[in-house]
Amino acid sequence: MSAVYVWIETYNGVGASASWEALGAGKVLAEALGVPLTAVVFGQNAANVANEAAAYGAANALIGDDATLNDYRLEAYAALLTKLVRENAPRIVLAASSARGRELIAASAADMDSAMLPDALSLSVSGDAVTAERAVYSGKVLSDMAAGGATVYITIRARAFKPNTYTAGAAANVTPVTPALTEDQIGTKVEAFAAEVGTVNLTDAAIIVSGGRGMANNPKDAPSGTPDAAVWKAQDGFAHVLQPLADALGAAMGASRAAVDAGYIPYAHQVGQTGKVVAPDLYIACGISGAIQHQAGMRTSKVIVAINKDADAPIFKLARFGLVGDLYQILPALTAEAKKRLGK
Amino acid sequence: MHIVVFTRSTPDTQAVVTVNAAGVVTWGEAALVVNPWDEYALEEALVRSKAAGGKTTVIAIGGERHNDALKHALAMGVDSALRVDDAGLDDADGLTYATTAAAAVRKLADVDVVLFGRESIDVGTDQHITQTARKLGWAALNTVSKIVALDAAAKTVKVERILEQGKQTLNAKLPAVISVTKDINEPRYPNFLGIRKAAKAVIPVWTLADIGATLPAGAARTTAYKNLPAREVKFERIDGTPEQIAAALFDRLIEEKVL
Repeated sequence: MSAVYVWIETYNGVGASASWEALGAGKVLAEALGVPLTAVVFGQNAANVANEAAAYGAANALIGDDATLNDYRLEAYAALLTKLVRENAPRIVLAASSARGRELIAASAADMDSAMLPDALSLSVSGDAVTAERAVYSGKVLSDMAAGGATVYITIRARAFKPNTYTAGAAANVTPVTPALTEDQIGTKVEAFAAEVGTVNLTDAAIIVSGGRGMANNPKDAPSGTPDAAVWKAQDGFAHVLQPLADALGAAMGASRAAVDAGYIPYAHQVGQTGKVVAPDLYIACGISGAIQHQAGMRTSKVIVAINKDADAPIFKLARFGLVGDLYQILPALTAEAKKRLGK
Repeated sequence: MHIVVFTRSTPDTQAVVTVNAAGVVTWGEAALVVNPWDEYALEEALVRSKAAGGKTTVIAIGGERHNDALKHALAMGVDSALRVDDAGLDDADGLTYATTAAAAVRKLADVDVVLFGRESIDVGTDQHITQTARKLGWAALNTVSKIVALDAAAKTVKVERILEQGKQTLNAKLPAVISVTKDINEPRYPNFLGIRKAAKAVIPVWTLADIGATLPAGAARTTAYKNLPAREVKFERIDGTPEQIAAALFDRLIEEKVL
């Protein structure tokens, strides 16, 4: 039966919040096409994740719970997804544009020689065609991309679509499915996984506090013998001035390319053209001038607050609120205020 | 060991990119550069092939503008370059690109590893990377931050890859397609001799017929390019002592419903 399939990403047996956004996007498409919404869940605890998917609007669920699917591996997951698509010919196969979602959807689309609309910001259906609006040229330009054919594969940008209302106790028609590959047929083996603990995922974050080159203006003195005082000052500032504000706001910590290239903070925090593209409700840019390549990664944030001692910095052109001054005086005051107001 | 890197020319990162009245994407006088992510793939190819005593080939798919990226790769020290160009390739979607890329790799016949930078910034996707691997029937190892071991004789590779929740260590079989992230290495700058050699290089062009590729019928089509909607912000500067600024900002953020 024709349907809209939404792959529900799991990690340690728990559904990813980005997948509930995918179900939100999927439901709109399913209603436009007049077909049911089906959650596709692989891995341990799939049945419980399917129940949660039902609460987020899935009418049906296909669940594959097998030892070969416990650790996410592209080969195993793509082979099974492609098998299901071949057998059931869904109109749409959709997932969140995470590291896993992007490659899984791309792989199965290639297997089926079907069109893919990657990283959609919005979606529309007209006749047999699905059109996605997407960001190209590092977010400097938008494009409309259209696809037809029996099955269209789609990934959606994080925070671009809203989840459906959660209905506790809603149930889906669950169908178990069996893996397409045996362990012997899977060439990839997971040796280890080093989880990053306690950090907020930048692309999922509702609030992001980011630091730039200005983090090096820390008034604290570097210990004598420090090879590079600016690096020490900036690292100390990220850890002891920016991080407390992020913690008080429940925010993720970001950084500009300049800060990453200077060695102030690891690359995983970089926002911009060669880093992560983010769209939080609130983006607080601290000591970031706002180079075009940084703007490419954050300009669709809902409210931007810029803190910079240079009143002419380009970042103020994007900002809703501008605080001109020394971030090392302003950030501790913001942290104190956040604790007072939000009680964290 | 034969390592192939796919690359393309993209507008310089500082370029102002807009859509003109005819609906065409333009970047004025801004220079074309090698797609920023691809520099890491090229560097990794050079380091790995030198260590294993192998050779490197760089390939671009599309029009003549991609020669800029190919010449940058040659200047860095890649052994040979080629471009695949034919009708329908310049504005190719991921599936079309991957079908072409896989056919080119198959024609080269002796390839052990295909490297990509993690994403193409102009088309704004990494879809074609995984799809190239699928079209070849090879493993796709994406967002790799470290190649821990690469053994062409044993046909094995061990990598660390970055996922949202942390770092996954994977063992896989060669040949494989690998996409790399920024923290894998520090790309070299081309030296004077390299630049001079690259400037003189004549880059062969292969057609779809040369590589025996038939483009997929079901490709996605870009129907329009659009400028970004103006970001309508009412700017408000908040002044005062740090404490006054903090109190005023929180009042505004609560009014804006973002806290």
